[in-house]
Amino acid sequence: MAEIPVLKIGDCLLVSIQVDMHDRLAMELQDELTNRIVADRARGVMIDISALEIVDSFIGRMLNNIAAMSRVLDAVTVVVGMRPAVAITLVELGLSLTGVRTALNVDKGLALIREAIDDPGGALGRRER
Amino acid sequence: MTQGAHLVVEKDETMAVRTSDDVVRVRQAVRARAIEAGFGIVDQTKLVTAASEIARNTVDYGGGDTLRIEIVREGTRRGVQLTFSDSGPGIADISTAMTDGCTTGSGLGLGLSGAKRLSNEFSIESSPGRGTTVTLARWKL
Repeated sequence: MAEIPVLKIGDCLLVSIQVDMHDRLAMELQDELTNRIVADRARGVMIDISALEIVDSFIGRMLNNIAAMSRVLDAVTVVVGMRPAVAITLVELGLSLTGVRTALNVDKGLALIREAIDDPGGALGRRER
Repeated sequence: MTQGAHLVVEKDETMAVRTSDDVVRVRQAVRARAIEAGFGIVDQTKLVTAASEIARNTVDYGGGDTLRIEIVREGTRRGVQLTFSDSGPGIADISTAMTDGCTTGSGLGLGLSGAKRLSNEFSIESSPGRGTTVTLARWKL
C-alpha cells in the first residue's frame, strides 16, 4: 500500500496512519494487514493512530476487525496513540472498541505485545478469552 | 432554538457529498468551519465525527447529494449547523433507524444514533421515495 506503509520490525508489524482515511483505504489496510500477518509470520501488530483527528464508526469497525482477524491468526493487535478528544468522542458515539487492546504510546504498545507473545497463557491471554 | 432569539447566518456554503472521497472532504470542511466558529478541540472532534457518520449514510444509503454548512450566531453564542440532503429511497421508520445497532447495511448501526449524541440539535426528515434530510448543530457554549 502506497498511502499507508506497513513496516516489519522483528516479528511485529507497525502501521502509522498519517492520512485522513477514506472508507476504501480503511478496507484495504484491513486486508493488507491480514495478509501480511501470514506472509511475514507476524506475532504482533501495532497501529499508531496518533495522527488521526477522528475515529468514526467505520474506522472503529476496521480496528475491531483487524484485532479479531489477528487473534484468529495467532497475533496480537495493539492500537496506540489515541488523542484524548478522539477517546472522548468515541465513547459518546457509543463505540467502546471492546476486543481492541490499546496503549498510550509506541513504547508501551511494544511492551504489551512482547508480554502477550512471551506469556500467552498469562493474564493478558486469559483476559482475552 | 431559544424562543425569540434571532438566528444570524454568518457564513453559508454548499458542497457535494457523493463519494467516499467526498466524506473526507466533508470532514475537512466541517473542521475548518468549527475552528472558525471558535470551537475547542473536543467540540471540533465531536462535530466532525457526527458529520462523517451522516455523510457516509448520505453516500451509502441515500445515493449522495449535498451538504450545507452554516456558521450561525444566536445572541452571543455561535455554532455550526449542517444540513445533509439526499433524494434517495428515504427512511420508512425513523425511530427504528435511530436505535443503536440498527442497520440495513454492513455497518455497526451507530451512525444516526451516535451522530445525534454528538450534536446539540438533531433532526431528521424523511419519507419513503422522497429522500432524507438530516440537520444537526453544535454550539460553542
